[in-house]
Amino acid sequence: MKKLLDNWLVQFLLFLCVLGLTAFITDAIGDVLPPYLLMIGLFIGINLIMALGLNLITGVTGQLSLGHAAFMSIGAYASAIATVNYHVPFLGGVLIGGLVACLFGIVIGFPTLRLTGDYLAIATLGFAEIVRVQFTNMKITNGAIGFLGIQGSTTFPIVMTIAVITIILMVWLENSRNGRAMLAIREDEIASSAVGINTTLYKIQAFAIGAFCAGVGGALFAHTTTFIQPTDFGFMKSVDILSIVVLGGLGSIPGTVIGAIVLTAAPEILRPLANYRMMVYGVLLVIIMIFRPYGLLGGVNLRKAVRRAFMLTKKKQAGREE
Amino acid sequence: MLKLENISVSYGSIKAIHNISLEVKSGEIVALIGANGAGKSTTLRTISGLSKPSNKDSKITFKDVQIQGASPHKIVEMGLSHVPEGRRVFPDMSVYENLLMGAHTRKGKPGQGDFDRVYHHFPRLKERIKQLAGTLSGGEQQMLAMGRALMAQPDLLLLDEPSMGLAPMLVEEIFHIIEDINVAGTTILLVEQNAHLALEISNRAYVLETGEIVLEGLAPDLAQNEDIRKAYLGE
Repeated sequence: MKKLLDNWLVQFLLFLCVLGLTAFITDAIGDVLPPYLLMIGLFIGINLIMALGLNLITGVTGQLSLGHAAFMSIGAYASAIATVNYHVPFLGGVLIGGLVACLFGIVIGFPTLRLTGDYLAIATLGFAEIVRVQFTNMKITNGAIGFLGIQGSTTFPIVMTIAVITIILMVWLENSRNGRAMLAIREDEIASSAVGINTTLYKIQAFAIGAFCAGVGGALFAHTTTFIQPTDFGFMKSVDILSIVVLGGLGSIPGTVIGAIVLTAAPEILRPLANYRMMVYGVLLVIIMIFRPYGLLGGVNLRKAVRRAFMLTKKKQAGREE
Repeated sequence: MLKLENISVSYGSIKAIHNISLEVKSGEIVALIGANGAGKSTTLRTISGLSKPSNKDSKITFKDVQIQGASPHKIVEMGLSHVPEGRRVFPDMSVYENLLMGAHTRKGKPGQGDFDRVYHHFPRLKERIKQLAGTLSGGEQQMLAMGRALMAQPDLLLLDEPSMGLAPMLVEEIFHIIEDINVAGTTILLVEQNAHLALEISNRAYVLETGEIVLEGLAPDLAQNEDIRKAYLGE
């Protein structure tokens, strides 16, 4: 059985099965759920895709980035321009959004990745501001007025399928040679160089993949709201995505999934509180960070935890039988 | 195997080492001894590419190839591994994963033989294969750092203060292992504050003082040298 799973063809077929199943199930759910809930689910998916990208940069590789909204906006505008001005089909536009953002991730990566920690955070913050101001003053993006007339092509099944693809690829990446190298850079950058890891290369890889995810998320976002303006992608957007990653647990993929669900759903669930909504939301963040300082699933090895729970029930059963 | 000519390194306006030249021949253990701040670690860091020489005429030759200013990962690929000061294991990775990272530069997955070779030198690591490296004792972390470097199958191993912060018994054990590794075919350049032990196991030694080499010679000769005995051996 284990050997069978090692075969890449089997893995690939399994991958396709999971995707087909996701599309089928989410399609069925889409028919049942009321539009409001569906919209929340859709935004959970979009935030998850972007947060998984940032998780690779900040959680796995340990490079604090405060400019994720910039990559998101690049993806959003690039895809909008592609589908509206050049009549590219929707999924092609999403791909273009991801690729353009990825390109910027690489270009920005080279100069800024010489910086570490706080300095990198400030540099990425500056980059995000430059991008936002640029979009405000460009003709093709229609400046501060905003980009109108994007088709609302994003659907719940599409978002969920892309989210599942992202999760699977991230899990696969984290367990690969490249993923281990990225993890080593977070643990100790000097030791990583000393064992022969090309730290610059892997940091840029992480940035490129992370930016790609943000770009795809941005493209999906643009084709959901049908209207985007530069203020959609301000500093707070970057912080929102970072909160998902930190609250879920830095470097934890299941954590990021839970973080995306909790932080996207919470403001909606709290809506009855009206004016106190964002205050309670803030208090919620503080409480979670006090009781789970490493995030909801930070430091939890899910595979081990499941195995332990399984063993415990087995033991209990054995005890009962005696 | 390794030759340094006129190496100078500055951190800002502070000169860490000045015009250092030294040589390590194949199969040797060479020790670099000296007080705190003499520039020993900087010398090693410059060899492995973590620091860059600040003068143009500096030359580092490894296996007849000039490597000054090359990136660290290129140098590791050529067969030169550096065990940095303070061990620097990956704390949240298991012992096994740490060793796996050591083989990063090699194409394909390392075989069981590579791990066995490390376990042969450090049987204690085998007992703790699943333990997180951060929870190991200081001595075990030193062993892991050395084992990790060996996974790259280096021809030349740079060791920076392997005795730092360890109990005397453990220091003896580590130094025996260094000798074993050398006998098994790895050339070693060793930086050490414990001059006594360093001179005991090495063939030759250089003495560094405020960034310059003040003495060099065969280890037994240096161990007899009056100045050395006074300055570093506490006699």
